[in-house]
Amino acid sequence: MMEKMIIGRYVPADSLVHRMDPRSKLIIIFLFVCIIFLANNFTTYVLIGIYTFLMLGLSKIPVRFLYAGLKPVLWLVLFTLLLQVFFTKEGSLLYELGPIKIYEEGVRQGIFISMRFFFLILMTSLLTLTTTPIEITDGLETLLHPLKKVRFPVHEMALMMSISLRFIPTLMQETDKIMKAQIARGVEFSSGPIKDRIKAVIPLLIPLFVSSFKRAEELAIAMEARGYRGGEGRTKYRLLSWNLSDTLQILILVILTILLILFRS
Amino acid sequence: MDISLQNIEYRYQANTPFERLAIKDVSIDIPNGTYMALIGHTGSGKSTVLQHLNALLLPTEGTVFIGSHEIKAKQKNKNLRQIRQRVGIVFQFPEHQLFEESVEKDIIFGPMNFGVSEADAKVRARLALKQVGLSEEILEKSPFDLSGGQMRRVAIAGVLAMEPDCLVLDEPTAGLDPRGRKEIMDMFYTLHKDRNLSTILVTHSMEDAARYADQIVIMQQGQVVKQGTPVEIFSSVPELVDMGLDVPEVVRFQRKLEEKLGLRLEKTYLSIEELSTAVAELLRGAPV
Repeated sequence: MMEKMIIGRYVPADSLVHRMDPRSKLIIIFLFVCIIFLANNFTTYVLIGIYTFLMLGLSKIPVRFLYAGLKPVLWLVLFTLLLQVFFTKEGSLLYELGPIKIYEEGVRQGIFISMRFFFLILMTSLLTLTTTPIEITDGLETLLHPLKKVRFPVHEMALMMSISLRFIPTLMQETDKIMKAQIARGVEFSSGPIKDRIKAVIPLLIPLFVSSFKRAEELAIAMEARGYRGGEGRTKYRLLSWNLSDTLQILILVILTILLILFRS
Repeated sequence: MDISLQNIEYRYQANTPFERLAIKDVSIDIPNGTYMALIGHTGSGKSTVLQHLNALLLPTEGTVFIGSHEIKAKQKNKNLRQIRQRVGIVFQFPEHQLFEESVEKDIIFGPMNFGVSEADAKVRARLALKQVGLSEEILEKSPFDLSGGQMRRVAIAGVLAMEPDCLVLDEPTAGLDPRGRKEIMDMFYTLHKDRNLSTILVTHSMEDAARYADQIVIMQQGQVVKQGTPVEIFSSVPELVDMGLDVPEVVRFQRKLEEKLGLRLEKTYLSIEELSTAVAELLRGAPV
């Protein structure tokens, strides 16, 4: 049932993007999310598009797989587009049918905003598709390290993050299992009136909650039994290494930023 | 109700980089009233086969016949609910599926989903509870206040109360103590005998397979490698050992004995009682 979900999932491969340092990937994603708002005309969106598809190509993630996984999200993009097209009332009138009026600005805004949305989703999924959750947390922990000065619990947060990421597949598996058990007991998750379908979630959620709490407790006990005591003085098994390609990638993004600033209207 | 799998194949996550062939060209016939044991290592495809028995998984290739229903690969299939009502599945660790606030509500959940009236369902709940060996006192309790063994029994009662024609059991006794294990296995056997209930048991335990099943199917790497009655299956010990499977203790004892005495008993015995009678007879007749 959840087989096609690709959000938060890692696809192992040997590509340039896979080999990059998680720190540089995180920095790039963060900057990308910021600079995408610089784009406001055709040229700048094309630039962003080229960059996104270039990264996609370098990552060697099969396009067909990406498409299947992002299909549900594409509906959201389409929805955004329609919302803009129908409800923006600026610019010259393009089309009129009864109460429906479509304005030029609406179409323009709709296309731009849904493009922006689409590129954002692509780039952020690219991060999780090419980086293992552990790498992401390691990267984040190192990047946020300076915040320790202001007493921000960086290590604890990274630990929490890696634990929750680690248990996503487990939770998915369990959801699938319990879903099947309840389907075998006559629950319909995917058909029938909407009221019944909402009700059908209860026999799924309660067992999931119960087992999650149980698992959390077991994990806490197991960690304590092995003498875990937070991040002070803790060494790392995996060491991050910053390579030339990471610097180059960041440079490319900086160039993109400059181009965006030059070409935006 | 007869069930038949014909040349079925199942791929998990077809058309993704994670695609994995789970079972291939599996054909199994389960005539009405059979007790069949499905044996194999972890990852041999047992659970995948099992989920085809009530249309939780639909084959990517081949056909599944369940009673009068026919489920073909790559076709829209309707009325899966009717199938699910007739084939009850007890999953591994079934206590994980409990969710209601009282034991009674949880047991009647299944029957009521299939359109049984509340009054009838409650009658069934009492009966099912008795079958699994629990007293009616716990009907009002929360299932989460029960012990692990009791929870398991309540969950099984929830499946029994649906009154299926066929019962599919996925290692129903995993994690129980030996006594609880035997009680539950005996309970399923009694049900099978009394109601002529087709039973399919997925198990690691050769002892259970030898003791209860009429038919044994052995799976390896997603394919059926051997199929036959327990006597047939356990007659060729070396073959089983080659597949890395256990041999029931009784059979092992018989083989050792035969080796020591340098003779061969006329057949393979699967229970201690039968074997001891045979050995006693042999000793009585044998020259001292």
